[in-house]
Amino acid sequence: MYVAVKGGERAIENAHAWLAEERRGDTGVAELSVAQIREQLKLAVNRVMAEGSLYDPDLAALAIKQARGDLIEAIFLVRAYRTTLPRFGSSVPVHTGAMSCDRRISATFKDLPGGQVLGPTFDYTHRLLDFKLMADGQVPQAPTREAAPGDVPHVTEFLNQEGLIELAPQDDTPPPDLTREPLEMPADRALRLQALTRADEGFTLGLAYSTQRGYGRNHAFVGELRIGSVPVEMEIPELGFAIEIGEVTLTECETVNQFKGSKTEPPQFTRGYGLVFGQTERKAISMALVDRALRWEELGEDNVGAPAQDAEFVLYHADNIQATGFLEHIKLPHYVDFQSELELVRKLRRAAGADQLQEAAE
Amino acid sequence: MTMQNDAYNFAYLDEQTKRMIRRAILKGLAIPGYQVPFASREMPMPYGWGTGGVQVSAAVLTPEDTFKVIDQGADDTTNAVSIRTFFERTAGVATTTTTRNATVIQTRHRIPEEPLTEGQILVYQVPIPEPLRFLEPRESETRKMHSLEEYGLMHVKLYEDIARHGHIATSYAYPVKVEGRYVMDPSPIPKFDNPKLGNMAAIQLFGAGREQRIYALPPYTQVVSLDFEDHPFVASKADHPCGMCGAEDSYLDEVIIDDAGGRMFVCSDTDYCEGRQTAGHKGKDAA
Amino acid sequence: MQADTLSGGFSDPARQSAHAFRSVREALGRPGTIQDISGARPPAPLSSAAGAALLTLCDTETPVYLAGNHDCDAVRAWLAFHTGAPPTGPTDCMFAIGTWAALGPLSAYPIGTSEYPDRAATLIVECPSLTTAGATLTGPGIQTSAALSLPELTAFQSNHALFPLGLDFIFTSGTRLAALPRSTVVTQEGAF
Ligand SMILES: [Zn+2]
Repeated sequence: MYVAVKGGERAIENAHAWLAEERRGDTGVAELSVAQIREQLKLAVNRVMAEGSLYDPDLAALAIKQARGDLIEAIFLVRAYRTTLPRFGSSVPVHTGAMSCDRRISATFKDLPGGQVLGPTFDYTHRLLDFKLMADGQVPQAPTREAAPGDVPHVTEFLNQEGLIELAPQDDTPPPDLTREPLEMPADRALRLQALTRADEGFTLGLAYSTQRGYGRNHAFVGELRIGSVPVEMEIPELGFAIEIGEVTLTECETVNQFKGSKTEPPQFTRGYGLVFGQTERKAISMALVDRALRWEELGEDNVGAPAQDAEFVLYHADNIQATGFLEHIKLPHYVDFQSELELVRKLRRAAGADQLQEAAE
Repeated sequence: MTMQNDAYNFAYLDEQTKRMIRRAILKGLAIPGYQVPFASREMPMPYGWGTGGVQVSAAVLTPEDTFKVIDQGADDTTNAVSIRTFFERTAGVATTTTTRNATVIQTRHRIPEEPLTEGQILVYQVPIPEPLRFLEPRESETRKMHSLEEYGLMHVKLYEDIARHGHIATSYAYPVKVEGRYVMDPSPIPKFDNPKLGNMAAIQLFGAGREQRIYALPPYTQVVSLDFEDHPFVASKADHPCGMCGAEDSYLDEVIIDDAGGRMFVCSDTDYCEGRQTAGHKGKDAA
Repeated sequence: MQADTLSGGFSDPARQSAHAFRSVREALGRPGTIQDISGARPPAPLSSAAGAALLTLCDTETPVYLAGNHDCDAVRAWLAFHTGAPPTGPTDCMFAIGTWAALGPLSAYPIGTSEYPDRAATLIVECPSLTTAGATLTGPGIQTSAALSLPELTAFQSNHALFPLGLDFIFTSGTRLAALPRSTVVTQEGAF
């Protein structure tokens, strides 16, 4: 006799219990603290803050712990938390020229005011597994130097003085808010940048890489990459001026792109821009390349049909929380739809005489 | 009496978000079949798992409502259980599996067999709200097509099916035209359910979270499944009675019951099937 | 004055606005039905029903036009305190509130665009009374036909002719409300 499958509720409870047990792993091994994740898996924390659109290292670390190290799952936890937070207001735009830089490099000039600062980078490490880390190792003290006082000028400003790079006039129009308004096409650059800064790192990287291989090539140099902290200020109407409410670490990448000129624009360098929470330089560089590729229309370039030039394609598929949810939903039962497909295929086969064909073959 | 979690607002969403969704619902009701953009929020469940339906339900529920959730017609499928539990916890509403006792029903992929009444609301979870999306991937283009009532592409696609297969080869998410104006995706319900869409006494609301769209059918709205004079729309189902309750008029799931590929057919609407069995109806496979 | 401004909102916003929305949704989803709506005690000349509708639907994201006598300090202050809705003129409002005479001409309001017909104003019309008699209504939300005391006929007929563009109307009187979406066909009494 047939008995319909029941007990979804019990199955879910048991799955959750099992998950909690797996999350903890071998209880003979010390449990990770949120502080350990925050301090020692900082780049994972940064990615979760960037794509989660929430600057809170402790919550990001908690999410990573809860998600068992699955960063997209952690980003999802942070996003779902973020969306419930009341909105008290907006900060004034941060001023990255005033950044206190941990890292600042330019690929276009050998030396420049403010200097090149390598900072804590993997760049020139040899990628050899360091077995000392398997034991609890003491960390040697890194040498220090006084930070140079004053603002660090942007490289593109030097090019600007010569008129060699397109102008990027200041625009104080408040940008649309992707998290409070539905995405609308065509999207202006402010909205595109907003979508890209929280876009999936892997997707952005792949698109950026595709432009380097000729799918919408835009000849990018890293004019400047800087990582450091900037103060965040907010206007308080009662006070009539802005006060500092905290600081955030940002990675900013400005690319300088060769440009031979077009029907509408003279030959000059053009810009791509990336700005991301935390030390997230792969993402920031990728973002700048994709930003530049998406600007083909305003610069009068040809659309060569490259994926990275297609704003609808990029923006509608860059969000890993949307993507992962929809991708994974095909795990959900679809037997109603499948049943109607079964009936249809049977009907079409009858119509095509396939049943007889098969019988004849047997 | 309630398991309501006070850390969150009634029905989880903050009031500003609910107001935004409620405004979208009203515009949806005023323009039947038109997809109203709304600023869908990240929900604590994945996109594609009913976030649109959940947001619409959260915006329409009152504390006195009785809530039912079905997935594939069944109340005990895991995602239906999960969504029902979510609202028990965040809204403290009563829940039921009995269609006629529910005031708000959230559904994925089915319309209940029992006709709905004026006091009820049916909330659909919608994955891809744009009926033209698989013919034209660009939102900017499909929006234009709706504005110009330019639905030729859809007819061409359906007619190509007929030319190739002798039938329209769409068996679920079968497109409909609403009040002679907007072509609408009824969500991936089997086309068997399409005739129930029109002239329904209950309000029907459609929520697509990831795609940020809400649309609606007021009660007694005219809804026509697209077809051709020489190939009229037919609402089809498996040509069997239900093995458990003997119903001849319900949509059936095909269940494989042994290694030899033996199969039986049972109602996908579990509440309908149980109700009939309780009333003494028996199918050939019932004990 | 001050007390009026600070009081008369929802004391339990989540639950009261859920109930109020149910009334508005039923009214708009079933044109010709009259719904009770409660929970608001706004300053005159705002009716309790209109007040509840505004509390349920308006916030800082919805510019509101106060027409005629409704554009007074008491209503402005109450609306600002309880909803934060920015006051505006008819041309770029999302909601407008006033008597039928004060709200006109209807040509001043946004009716949506062909790609975004939802970007149209909703007019809340304060009425001396509401009855299910008068103009005949047919269309979505109505099984056969319904009747509603409308302030006039032709304005609503011309509005329907714009469909899918057009304005949507909520009629309020005391603690009751009815609605007329742009989709409704309006004819003279007995014409159906
Ligand atoms: Zn059955």
